[in-house]
Amino acid sequence: MELLTPDFGLIFWTTLTFLILVVLLRALAWKPILKAVNDREDSINEALQTAEKARAEIANLKNENEEIMRQARAERDEILKEAREIKDSIVSQAKQAATNESAAMIENARKLIENERMAAVTELKNSIGELAIDIAEKILKKELDNQDSQKALVADLVKDIKLN
Amino acid sequence: MRSALISGLFTAVVTLFFAVSATAVTPDQQQHVDGHHDHEHTEASEGFDITGVIMHHIQDEHGWHLFDWGGHPVSLSLPVILFTESGLTTFMSSEFHHDVDGKVVVEKNGERFTYYHGHIYYANAEANDHGAFITYTEDHKVANAKPLDFSITKNVASLFVTVFLMLLVFLPVAKFYKKNPGKAPKGLAGIFEPLILFVRDDVALPNIGEKHYKRFTPYLLTLFFFIWFANMLGLVPFAPGGANLSGNIAFTMVLAAMTLLLVNLNGNKDYWMHMIWMPGVPWPIRLLLAPIELVGILTKPFALMIRLFANMTAGHIVILSLISLTFVFESFAVAPASMALTLFIYVIKLLVAFLQAYIFALLTALFVGQAVAEHDHH
Repeated sequence: MELLTPDFGLIFWTTLTFLILVVLLRALAWKPILKAVNDREDSINEALQTAEKARAEIANLKNENEEIMRQARAERDEILKEAREIKDSIVSQAKQAATNESAAMIENARKLIENERMAAVTELKNSIGELAIDIAEKILKKELDNQDSQKALVADLVKDIKLN
Repeated sequence: MRSALISGLFTAVVTLFFAVSATAVTPDQQQHVDGHHDHEHTEASEGFDITGVIMHHIQDEHGWHLFDWGGHPVSLSLPVILFTESGLTTFMSSEFHHDVDGKVVVEKNGERFTYYHGHIYYANAEANDHGAFITYTEDHKVANAKPLDFSITKNVASLFVTVFLMLLVFLPVAKFYKKNPGKAPKGLAGIFEPLILFVRDDVALPNIGEKHYKRFTPYLLTLFFFIWFANMLGLVPFAPGGANLSGNIAFTMVLAAMTLLLVNLNGNKDYWMHMIWMPGVPWPIRLLLAPIELVGILTKPFALMIRLFANMTAGHIVILSLISLTFVFESFAVAPASMALTLFIYVIKLLVAFLQAYIFALLTALFVGQAVAEHDHH
């Protein structure tokens, strides 16, 4: 049972060496290593969280943008609608005005024509009157010589006059 | 984990069988003790002494035998440190001139020492009939007194090499993290970070719990890598490897004792309460449980000690036995089979080296976890 009998010397050296090793490695290796690994894990977690936050923010921004776009589109539609209405009303007003003016102008023209016609008729009447007087004068001059011929002439003249 | 435990137990049983059978064959060695034959003569007449060779390889020695050259052993001389009746005595192991049979006497400060199969004794004044300065008891044990031996033996030297290797590995790893904060690990750090995280996240954290695990992680890391490095170094077939350090009962005993201390010094009120007066069971059962629990304080680390010792020693014995097949059959034809089997066991041993370090650290973490756990049911 030689194998199962521990040697005092080896026990002593193992204890001493192992304790020194534990102290040495704890101070010089494990503490800095575990700290570095922990720090790195923390920073990775933090980075992941930041990325997540950024993603959420971007999604937010996108939503906001969409909202703004939607509003802009609605506003544009509104403006367009108004513009169309304004245009329509302007056009219809213009049409109305033109119609009115042309009606007035036509009215004026008609009045003018009427006036002109009346003037012409009056002048014609005057001319006819003068003509009749002239004729009557000439007839009178001629008939004064001869009674019969006067009568014949008057009859003839009267026959000739055609009052249109 | 359960299967690992079972395989560990299995190996332990196998080892004990080997160890017992090895000692049972020892009369072969005892013949040297009795001095009927001298060493060379025995080998010549009885063939290759496998048990002797294997036992020599798995045991500690003063000086580090490297190889034989032209029939002569070549060893690394190591310091012998003795506390004798008259104080401290030191000399180099080479002064024994490779003798293991107590035939060479080293005289220092008026005291005489001789080396007999791994141990240093006070030498007799006169050599016995066979040239050894040793007397025997009736059951063939050495009767001579032993000085207190603090020598740097092969295993102690191997221990220092292990520690040196660990510092060589982990100090640069730590330096990398100091130099490159927040960077991904590269090189050595890249190799060892997964293992460090493995110990932290799969050994310490789940067994000890969120609240306390940070306190014990450095110790568990040291323990795990210490055992693993020692195991791996023991698998290297030549110096500075090849010593059976982690298969030495003294080594495993110290680590188990550390676990015992760590667990019981950190045991909280609940731990001791559960030990002495188990809550939630009738009082006769409590009376029964208390001694069982108290014995458990010792049996848990004891199992740790035996498990590591048995696994590593068994592995060494199996590998050496398989290599020895060629010499047993005295035929080169056996060599390929012997090599194939050895290679197979070697690969398994690589796994076992890791597994045993893992189990030792895991069970230590588990026991510590039980000691610091806070129960909320009372």
